[in-house]
Amino acid sequence: MNLIQMRHVKKQYKNGVTAIYDLDLDIEKGDFVFVIGSTGCGKSTLIKMLYREERPTSGSINVGGIDVAKLKNRKVYKLRRKLGVVFQDFKLLPKSTVFENVAFTLEVYGLPKDEIYNKVIKVLDLVGLKHKAKNYPTELSGGEQQRVAIARAIVNGPKLLICDEPTGNLDEITSMEIMEVLEAINKLGTTIIMVTHDTEIVNRMKKRVILLNAGRIVKDYKKGTYKHEGV
Amino acid sequence: MKAFRILGRNIRDSFKSVFRNFSLSLASISCITITLLVVAISIILSVNVNNFATLVEKDVTIVTFLDLDITEEEIKNVEQEINDIQGVESYEFQSKVDISKEMMDSSDVFKNIMEQWNQEDSPIQDTFLVKVENIDDIGKIAKKIEKIDKVSIVKYGQGMVEQLVTIFDVVKKISIGMVIALILVTAFLISNTIKITIFSRKREIEIMRLVGASNLNIKIPFIFEGLFLGLLGAIIPVIATTYGYVALYNSFDGQVFSPFIKLIEPEPFIYQVSGVLIVIGMLVGMFGSYRAVRKHLKI
Repeated sequence: MNLIQMRHVKKQYKNGVTAIYDLDLDIEKGDFVFVIGSTGCGKSTLIKMLYREERPTSGSINVGGIDVAKLKNRKVYKLRRKLGVVFQDFKLLPKSTVFENVAFTLEVYGLPKDEIYNKVIKVLDLVGLKHKAKNYPTELSGGEQQRVAIARAIVNGPKLLICDEPTGNLDEITSMEIMEVLEAINKLGTTIIMVTHDTEIVNRMKKRVILLNAGRIVKDYKKGTYKHEGV
Repeated sequence: MKAFRILGRNIRDSFKSVFRNFSLSLASISCITITLLVVAISIILSVNVNNFATLVEKDVTIVTFLDLDITEEEIKNVEQEINDIQGVESYEFQSKVDISKEMMDSSDVFKNIMEQWNQEDSPIQDTFLVKVENIDDIGKIAKKIEKIDKVSIVKYGQGMVEQLVTIFDVVKKISIGMVIALILVTAFLISNTIKITIFSRKREIEIMRLVGASNLNIKIPFIFEGLFLGLLGAIIPVIATTYGYVALYNSFDGQVFSPFIKLIEPEPFIYQVSGVLIVIGMLVGMFGSYRAVRKHLKI
């Protein structure tokens, strides 16, 4: 079975705006998928429904065996423990060190101290920030902060990593560094779904690309077939 | 094991967060301190007023005068009958000889007059001093005593005692009502202050949810934090109560205005009040945090 399976998903906000119309989507395990489209096309809504920040109005969403559409509010944590989320604005705890920010996830699960230490150091090493473990987020550059956020998202070894414009606040070189980290994580077997505006990145990465427009999938490019010609 | 580990971390984190958000914590702590001080003062006042009222009520005595020609045998009978009345706490017999002696000792004028009396024409009567368990029953008991054979007059300050009882009753009710109202206001004030401080940590809660903390995982550290804030806020009121009340007690010499109005002994009273303050602080702090976090969990 696919890792993500969406069937006839519709999302209408309370103010009457419909963000997603009757959407079907399958994403296989180990895939790297970009979701692109102009502002307001529904791409943020789409991934917010995947980690149950938003609930679909109708239709079914299955993520790693969990029926997300029917998930109760107090059970949301069960889904969140199976996936990692990375945002444009990093969402780090400013008053906790890099180590604490990453360790936080594991502490919540109640892991023993030495196990937490080993896992955190390993994942900080993977994103290349082992030497900054004791720094506070405000002492880091944007790219470094995003790498901390990625480390936090993957420290638990999730099957799925959801990235909401992770390079939106970063310059081109830093963005490519982040993409390299993501690529490495993907190679380790984690499925990645990433929303972005940056067609340059999409061009270079040569992955599956889903183009959204006005709440509908207008094009689903197979791996390597996407070529942005500029609008 | 796992649950203990999580609990331990929760306590550690909540302790840390009191200091990491120090300015906000300080706002909550000072709010708790000030309100608990007011609560402490009102508790001390109300308990003292209650105590005073109880003491006065206990002091009210029914004086039972017996007939002049009463015999030893009949006195025994009266005593037995008083003893049988329900609601009588204690009684004391004073013979006319005792009373005359007491009066003669107290003043020379009395002595001069009373020395001229002989046993037969002395107007002094044997008496029973009766105390009742519950002052509300004093009228009824006095009437029962009055009906006993060979009892001539019964006096307990009729009219005045009833008024006193009514007034004390009102004072007691008002003072207890005020303490309860104050505690409720405190709870509301503190929980609102904590709510504001937690509002600024909405992001923290959002991140906790994001990385897979269950609602309980999120609530517990905040509840412990509220508990710590309450404890810290109770420190100054407790110190003020302990030292302040002792100082007050000593400076008044244990009584206010007259020996009639006695203050409660500082020990163990101050410890009881301190205990109450600490418990109120902790409970209100926990409740405030809980209420504030709940809002952000969309339950």
